[in-house]
This record gives sequence, C-alpha cells and structure tokens, in this order.
Amino acid sequence: MSDRGLILGGLLLFVGLITLPVWYNVAAGTPSRPPELKLPAQGKDPFGTAEYMRASHMSLLVAWRDEVVRGGERTVVGRDGKTYAKSLTRTCMDCHSSRAEFCDRCHGYTSARVSCWDCHADRRLAEGSAR
Amino acid sequence: MSLDRRAFLGVAGLSALAVAGTRSLDALTRRGRAEGASEARAATRWAMVVDPGKCRKDDGCTGCIAACDRAHNVPHFSERAHEVKWIWREPFDRAFPDHGGSLPEDAARSQSVPVLCNHCDNPPCVRVCPVQATWKRADGIVMMDYHRCIGCRYCMAACPYGARSFNWLDPRPRIKEPNPEFPTRTKGVVEKCNFCEERLALGRPPACVEACTEGALVFGNLKDPRSEVRRLLRSRHALRRKPELGTGPNVYYLV
Amino acid sequence: MSVCEKALVGGRRYWAWIGALLAVILVGVLFYLRQLHVGLGITGLSRDVTWGLYIAQFTFLVGVAASAVVVVLPYYLHDYHAFAKITILGELLAMSAVVMSLLFIFVDMGQPERALNVILYPTPTSIMFWDMISLGGYLVLNAVIAGLTLGAERRGVAPPRWLRPIVVLSIPWAVSIHTVTAFLYSGLPGRHLWLTALLAPRFLASAFASGPALLILLAMIVRRLASFDPGREAIQKLSVIVTYTMVVNVFFVLMEVFTVFYSGIPEPMAHFEFLFVGLEGHAPLVPWMWASMALAVISLVLLLTPRYRTDERTLAAACGMVFASVWIDKGLGLIVGGFVPSPLGDVTRYVPTLPEISITLAIWAVGVLLVTLLCKIALAVRGEPAGA
Repeated sequence: MSDRGLILGGLLLFVGLITLPVWYNVAAGTPSRPPELKLPAQGKDPFGTAEYMRASHMSLLVAWRDEVVRGGERTVVGRDGKTYAKSLTRTCMDCHSSRAEFCDRCHGYTSARVSCWDCHADRRLAEGSAR
Repeated sequence: MSLDRRAFLGVAGLSALAVAGTRSLDALTRRGRAEGASEARAATRWAMVVDPGKCRKDDGCTGCIAACDRAHNVPHFSERAHEVKWIWREPFDRAFPDHGGSLPEDAARSQSVPVLCNHCDNPPCVRVCPVQATWKRADGIVMMDYHRCIGCRYCMAACPYGARSFNWLDPRPRIKEPNPEFPTRTKGVVEKCNFCEERLALGRPPACVEACTEGALVFGNLKDPRSEVRRLLRSRHALRRKPELGTGPNVYYLV
Repeated sequence: MSVCEKALVGGRRYWAWIGALLAVILVGVLFYLRQLHVGLGITGLSRDVTWGLYIAQFTFLVGVAASAVVVVLPYYLHDYHAFAKITILGELLAMSAVVMSLLFIFVDMGQPERALNVILYPTPTSIMFWDMISLGGYLVLNAVIAGLTLGAERRGVAPPRWLRPIVVLSIPWAVSIHTVTAFLYSGLPGRHLWLTALLAPRFLASAFASGPALLILLAMIVRRLASFDPGREAIQKLSVIVTYTMVVNVFFVLMEVFTVFYSGIPEPMAHFEFLFVGLEGHAPLVPWMWASMALAVISLVLLLTPRYRTDERTLAAACGMVFASVWIDKGLGLIVGGFVPSPLGDVTRYVPTLPEISITLAIWAVGVLLVTLLCKIALAVRGEPAGA
C-alpha cells in the first residue's frame, strides 16, 4: 500500500481530534468532577428517596404537571403525611431554593437542557406568596 | 435466523402500525370524558356578566386589564402586530357588529366594553386543536395547556371573537410587573383568558372582577339559581357576542 | 442502492443547477435558525393575520400533489396508454409537493419540537389531525407506487399484482388530501371568506388546473434536457384537462362573487372588498388579485383556442399563466383575505418579511431539488440517456 503513511497519519490526526476534550482538560489541569449539589438543611424527602428522585424526578414533575394543568388536582400528600402543592416553584423550590446551586449543577454537567425555566419562575418572593 | 430486507420492512411496518393503532384506539375510546371532571365541577357553570353601563365611560379606566396582566404575567408589546391581550376594551359597535349598527346619537355608540374569551359552550377552538392543548373543562372553563401547544395557531383562526393571542417573540422581557407566583409563557404558544382558574381553585374571584371599582364585572355559577349572575340575567336583558354562530358564549353583556 | 447513484452523475450544467438550489436552501436554513431562536415574530404575521405565506404555500402545494390523480386515474383505471410515460413524472411531482407542504407546516409551527404531539395525542375532531394522516399516507402511497414501478422496470418485469389495489387506493386518497385541506378552512364559523360549501370543490378544480399545468411544463423541460419524451398526445390531453378544470375554477369563483354580493351581507362582502378594491385605505393585495384574474382570462383565451393550445409555445405560456393565477388566488388571496377584516373589524396589513420569503424560497428549492433528483433517477432507470 503506497498510501499507508497517509492513512496512518490521517487516523492518528482523527483520534487526536476526537479525544481532544479529554487530554486538553488533563493538560489544563481541569479534570472533570462529579457535580456538587447544595442540599437543603432539612432532609425531608417528602416525595421519595434521593435515589428515586435522581432517577425519576422528571417523570414526577411531568405527572404533576398533567395532574395540575389537565386534571385540576393541585395537591399531593407527601410521605410525611403533609399536604403539598404540586408545584415546582412553590413546593420543590421551598427547600431546594437555589436553582443555580442545585438543579443547574447536574443539568449543566450532563448538558441535559430543560425547558421548565422558560416559563416557570426560579425565584419566590420572600413574603406575600399565596400558599 | 436470517431476515431478508423485505421481511424486515414488513415487521417494522407492522410494529409501527401496532403502536399507532393502540394510541388511536386509546384516543377514540376515551368517550369524551372531560379531563379534570369531578362531581363538584360538573355542578358548576362559570359565567361572567358585564354591565357596560357601569363601565367607566373614559377609556382611561383599565383596572381590569391591569389586574389581569399583573396576575398572569401578560406581556406588553407596543407593536400592534405582536400584541398579547387577555381582556381589553372594544367600542360597542365592534364587539357587536351584527346588532344593526348604532345611530350617532345612540347610547351604545360611545360605549366601550371589556371583551375577553367567552369560554363558549360549543367552542370552535377546542374542536380544531390537533393536540388537545385547549379543552373544555367540566365546569365550563376553556383551558389551555401551554406545555402541549405546538403553536400552529389553528385555534386563533377558529375563534370567531379574536380572543386569542400568540407569543410571536419571547414574552419575558416585555412583562411590566413580573409576578413570580404565576408562570410566564414562552415564545411559540397561544394564550388567552383562563377565567382565573388558579384563583377559583382557591375560592377567589377572577382578578379582573376583583379589581373593578365600579362593579361592572360580575362572576358566578350559572347553575346556581341564587348566584348573582343568575339574578342579573333574570332581571335584565343581556346580549352575547355573535350568538348566531352557535358557540354558546358564557360572557353576557347587560343592556 | 446503485440506482440512487444515478443522481450523482451529471454534467457541469447539472451540478451548477444543484449548487444554485443548495445555495438558496442554505440561506433559508440560516434564516430558519434565526426564526427558531427569535420566534415567528420575524415574519410579517400578526395577531390578526395569523397565517400567511407559509400556510398559503402549503395549501397550494397540497393541490399540486393531489393533481397526480389526473394522470394516474386514466392510465391505471382506464388503460389510457398515452399517459404511460408521463405518469411517473406526475407521481414524482406529487411526492415533492407533499414534502414541500409538510415542510411549510413545520416552519410555520411555533413549537416545532413538539410536532410529534399530533401523533402522540390523536384528536379525531381536529381536521388538522386528519390532514397529517392523509398527507403522510399519500406520501407513502406515492413512494411505494413509484418505487415499485421503477424497480420492476429496472429488472424488466411487471410490477407485483398487489400494487394495483394500492394504485386504486391512491386515487380517492388524492382527492381526499385536498378536500381535507379545504375542510381546515371551510368549517370555521368565524371566517366568512372560507365558510362556503364551495371551498372544497373550488380547491379541487384549481388544483386540477394548476397541477397538470405544472406537469406539462415539467414534461417539456424533461423532454428538452433529458431527451425523455412523454409524447405529444399526453401533453395535448393534459392541456385539455387543464382547460376544462380552469373553466370550472373560474366559474366557481364567479359563483362565490354572486352569492356574496347579491345577498349583500356585510361580513363576507368585506373580505372580497379588501381583496379587490381595498378597505380603509389598505389595498396590498388588490394588484395581485386583479393580475390573477387577468392571467386566468388570458390563459383561458389561449387554452380554449385550439390553434394556441396545440402550439406548444403558446401552451407553455398558458400553463405558466394558469399556475401563476391559481398560486396568487389560492396562495396569497385566500389565506390572507380570510383574516382581513378580523373578527373585530380590524384591517391589518400583512407584508411578508425577508426572512419569511427566504425560508419560503428555500422550501421551494427543496422541492425543485427533489424533482430534479427523482427525475434523474427515474429517467436513468428508464434507460434514456440523461443529458445536461
């Protein structure tokens, strides 16, 4: 094969480019770390364990969304027996109060873009919120 | 087992058909069950009665409009083409174009009336929505699901009252007084008055009704014979917009 | 599949043509990305005129797609052998038109990433749901028919016998796609320009005039560029069909005008006034509508005169005029006119913006590219030497 040099050279170039993200970060001293979440002070887990939430919080939120918007059923009883509003802004963010320090940590790390924040507020007024 | 191309295509086609078939069967056998139906809801028929006579004559009174915009993060676009409005005022002749036209000295001529979604009994918008992003709830409210809307604007073409608005651009920068208690919408979806169903769920009246200082807007349950709306409709003549179209509007205008 | 590779073989003119089309498409794609980012506000659409150029093109192109039945029915159902060679062109044109229609719907959507909701949440009461079903089905039908017919020809055998019921199915299906498209408009209680039982027949008549007119022009182009001759008799027969369907189309328009103006009901009249004389000082479509009427009349004069109809140069001019006339009427006039005046009596100006026009041209370029590629493949299979 007279093209052997060209082919091998091209292959090496390709492998180098494809693995660029890996060795560039190593060289720059910024290896990837798993995201650190700021967890709320009280670990109540009213809707499921952390493992369940990690795997299924999206399904829970979608189910809540359809139950509230299409079913008109606005409240849910948590595992602690208390009644909560099925609301991202009012209930989830009551404890997980900072989107930047909680939600965005994992979603940014995994590049899993969510459209929630296109419409829903990630900030609550300190007072004057109707509960 | 070796599968030749023809057999593979056949299996793939049948599988796709099966999935589509079960979905369609689900849809067709839903038997028109109203979503969110419950006994309490079925005993309610929300309606609004507007008394244009009490509506302040100057067009400067926009208390109902401001309250609605604030409660629901309705954006304000200065270009008329991109306007988003849930409730607004129209001259009487334009809200009621088929009522013979007023002579210049007629009382109705100078009157402007608030107009909004009529939450019709037989809504054309609900009929045409291809994804059921809008539907009629058991208590009469024509609801919107902004998560499902694909932005085809067929409902806007279908509405005979021009009650619906589309988000041609991102609404968030154009919200005058953001209310974090209520979501905004995003560009590319249709929106309209929802009779404040989130306030009704808490036992509160719609924002426009609460804000009106003149008592021109009355809201209540048509199925309750003792409600204020029934009382008003028993004692006064009322018009509805374009009743000949068979839509069955639930916003009444006293004459 | 090596038969598709036939599309990659061509001379300099061919590749220049492909390159020009791709350039138009690229510009449109860039504008569409901007539309995705900013929103449909970059078009000329408004709260009053919520459908414009995109949906108008969709409406018109469904008609072109449906018109394939004009060649399929005589050839397959009545063994009209003169149409033997032109039928494949009709089917390829239909497929390209359907793809264009679907693309125009897609670019018009405010939330295109949710497009699958139409399938996930089927809604039998919505005509738009049925439109998706019928258009998708028609595309599949034509692809199967054209693909199997060409494949069989390539192998020198007759197509499988079970193809015939599929072809027969495509005939009422073609009529249905355009009827359903008309139903999108003719069932809306508040839009008095469209609320007429005559809308679906009018759609079909104009489609069966403009589609075959385009097919005639395509056949003439293919004859010159690819030395594939569908036959003079086929073109002449098609020209007769265009003549009669255009007569019916114009007749239907006059019927509409009579009912609207003789009854004197204000709302329906206002839409016609906006289109033909203007309302409240706004008359953006008036020159277009009168041009459409003039083109229709002149084309009919040419088509109804045998001497001009049989002369292929004047026939080509007449076909171009028929196509343009119906495009203006069904494309610009019908959709925009239906929204003006609005239900509250507003007269809102609609002028398509540059991004909107660019995206429209890009989708047309996609369709022309598809026709080019499909014809290249089909004619190569037919064994005719492809020129250019």
